[in-house]
Amino acid sequence: MSRILSSALFIVIVAALACVPFVADSYGVTLGIGMLGYVTLATAWALFSGPTRYVSLATVAFFGIGAYTVAVFSETIPYPLLLVTAGAIGLAVALVVGLSTLRLAGVYFVIFTFGLAELVRQLVTWYEVNVTGTLGRYIFLPVTPEGIYWQLLGLAAITFLISWWIGRSRIGLALKVIGDDEIVAAHCGIDIARVKLALFAISSVIITLVGAIQAPRWTYVEPTIAFNPTISFLTLIMALLGGAHRLTGPLLGAVPLFLLFEWLSANFPNHYSIILGLIFIAIVFILPRGVLAFAEENWRRWRKTEIKNLPAVAE
Amino acid sequence: MKSFQRRRVLRTMALATTVLATGLMTGFAGTAAAQERKSVKIGYAISKTGGNAGGAGITTLPNYQLWVKDVNDAGGLELPDGKKLPIEVIEYDDRSSAEEVVRAVERLATQDKADFILVPWGTGFNLAVAPLFDRYGYPQLAVSAVTDKAPDFVKRWKKSFWMLGGGHDYARALAAILADAKKAGMVNGKVAMISIADGFGIDLVTAARPAFKEAGIEVIYDKTYPGGTSDFSPMINEAKASGADAFVAFSYPPETFALTQQAQVASFSPKVLYLGVGTGFPVYGKNNGENATGIMSLGGIDPNNKMNADYRKRHEAVTGVAPDYWGSVITYASLQMLQEAIKRKGLDKAAVSAELASGTFQTVLGETKFEDNQLRQLWWTGQWQNGQFVGVMPADRPGASKVVLPRGEWKKK
Repeated sequence: MSRILSSALFIVIVAALACVPFVADSYGVTLGIGMLGYVTLATAWALFSGPTRYVSLATVAFFGIGAYTVAVFSETIPYPLLLVTAGAIGLAVALVVGLSTLRLAGVYFVIFTFGLAELVRQLVTWYEVNVTGTLGRYIFLPVTPEGIYWQLLGLAAITFLISWWIGRSRIGLALKVIGDDEIVAAHCGIDIARVKLALFAISSVIITLVGAIQAPRWTYVEPTIAFNPTISFLTLIMALLGGAHRLTGPLLGAVPLFLLFEWLSANFPNHYSIILGLIFIAIVFILPRGVLAFAEENWRRWRKTEIKNLPAVAE
Repeated sequence: MKSFQRRRVLRTMALATTVLATGLMTGFAGTAAAQERKSVKIGYAISKTGGNAGGAGITTLPNYQLWVKDVNDAGGLELPDGKKLPIEVIEYDDRSSAEEVVRAVERLATQDKADFILVPWGTGFNLAVAPLFDRYGYPQLAVSAVTDKAPDFVKRWKKSFWMLGGGHDYARALAAILADAKKAGMVNGKVAMISIADGFGIDLVTAARPAFKEAGIEVIYDKTYPGGTSDFSPMINEAKASGADAFVAFSYPPETFALTQQAQVASFSPKVLYLGVGTGFPVYGKNNGENATGIMSLGGIDPNNKMNADYRKRHEAVTGVAPDYWGSVITYASLQMLQEAIKRKGLDKAAVSAELASGTFQTVLGETKFEDNQLRQLWWTGQWQNGQFVGVMPADRPGASKVVLPRGEWKKK
């Protein structure tokens, strides 16, 4: 009964959001694109990093790969195939990177993923300088903002379904064990490397697609634009705020934070960075386990029941 | 029971957020007051923080501030009926992010309902916002965008204006100087060339290679370096050993300053020294004093143009810093053109765009006019002479100074 109810609710919400471009003006659509983009990024990020507690800063590496693929092939490949190509390249990179690095753990993994974004950016730059001899690339695709909005909405819905499905499947259970204790997981007969790799690949492909879908909005792409590290940090903080190991956690982090950023940059353009830094610090100190867990703990405390502290992602 | 309640809480929260988000998106559309207008809204998004803040803070932002002050001190923007309305500024920081600049311009156009929008800084950002300017019908006076594709962009976006030329223009002018010097027997026609592996460096170096070849100049040393390079002594030593007596660097400001210092340390004084962005900064002339003399770069000014001299003085008095010798004066001139077009046609964006495209304007550059929506009255090459960075190419443009070559040895301090 409750499953039918929640799936009906899901369908209603997606359908309602799909109608937004018909009622909202173009700024509303722009806001929607930004919000859906970050919701998808944060959910995809939490898909892998939530249960495994591997904090990844490679978001922008894949995001940029998606954007760049569109820029490079926009004139030679028809649009739907373009997205497939971008996804395939993202998948290939994720597999190579995953195979070589998922044995790293803790802070080493964080450093590596941060370096990966920089590495990809430098490789693209090197290639463009020495092989093609141009740096910026132009994207002239007849994609309207509404088109981008609907594509992102579709991708966001698919990401949610994947996340929901994984949460209920054997692989999701395996991930939770890995996140709690890898040694125990290995002794239970879980193929740690394969599970982690699969999740990393799915998450990376989704992130790549977000970049590919959003790229036509920029018209012009160069490595510093496509591989802007802020995207990695914002995604991370949004997922952490919401709660990275809940289905709706990243959503509840991304939407309010995005609206807050938008409000801040419209009203306090000169103090934005300072306020942003303070918010980051506040999130880490006050809500290390995310809004959802915070609300739930207090709810239970109020009901005088036992509180079970979940370890935070960064712990 | 408990878990059921938890679910319900979760679901309610998710629902509430969604409804809130949808409501906000639709509700954000502010209600514009339709009363009598008391001001003209001019909006812009500029990189006040992040990687582009340096360039934007030198070439673009001070000129916007200076212009707004100039106009408001004079009583405001004049309209065709002689009425004057003060400028109301709406300023956003795009934080050097392409997605942010797109959103900020969209916000300016649809939420703030700006009457006119000024451009962001940088080639990439001007292109990112070009479709928006076009869709909402704003004229786009793109100053800090060096691009060879301007003729194509003009066809695509009819109300866009490109005011700083393309890489080929600058490369050809430099090639002509070198070819003349070779003809006069002053240099041996061999060039050592380095460039930054970034948009600007690549654009110029890919334009320079064929331009030099055409002019009969031989490039015997050709290297690119990544942004942020601070030690140039290996490159300088190799260039010195290569036998070239012209050294060209398509560099960004930090490297331009470093190259100047390190060439002095290495006693490398080629007869022709051409450096990239930053050479035209007033601080470059101040730091290097007499040693700057003879160094060439992009841009320049006509030292005898009184209006430009007045502008430079006013810029320094109002903003506290002197303008650079390349894009600054063009930025200010673009604003004067907009101001004059508004005076002639009012606040109708389409009429103002048409007037900009076809009209002739008096600006700090002198008489200014677009050709096919592009400003072509530019100094392609400038040279430090007597403490000023003067325009030397095109040599036949009125007000051009003569190139002085070879430049002398470094003076040791």
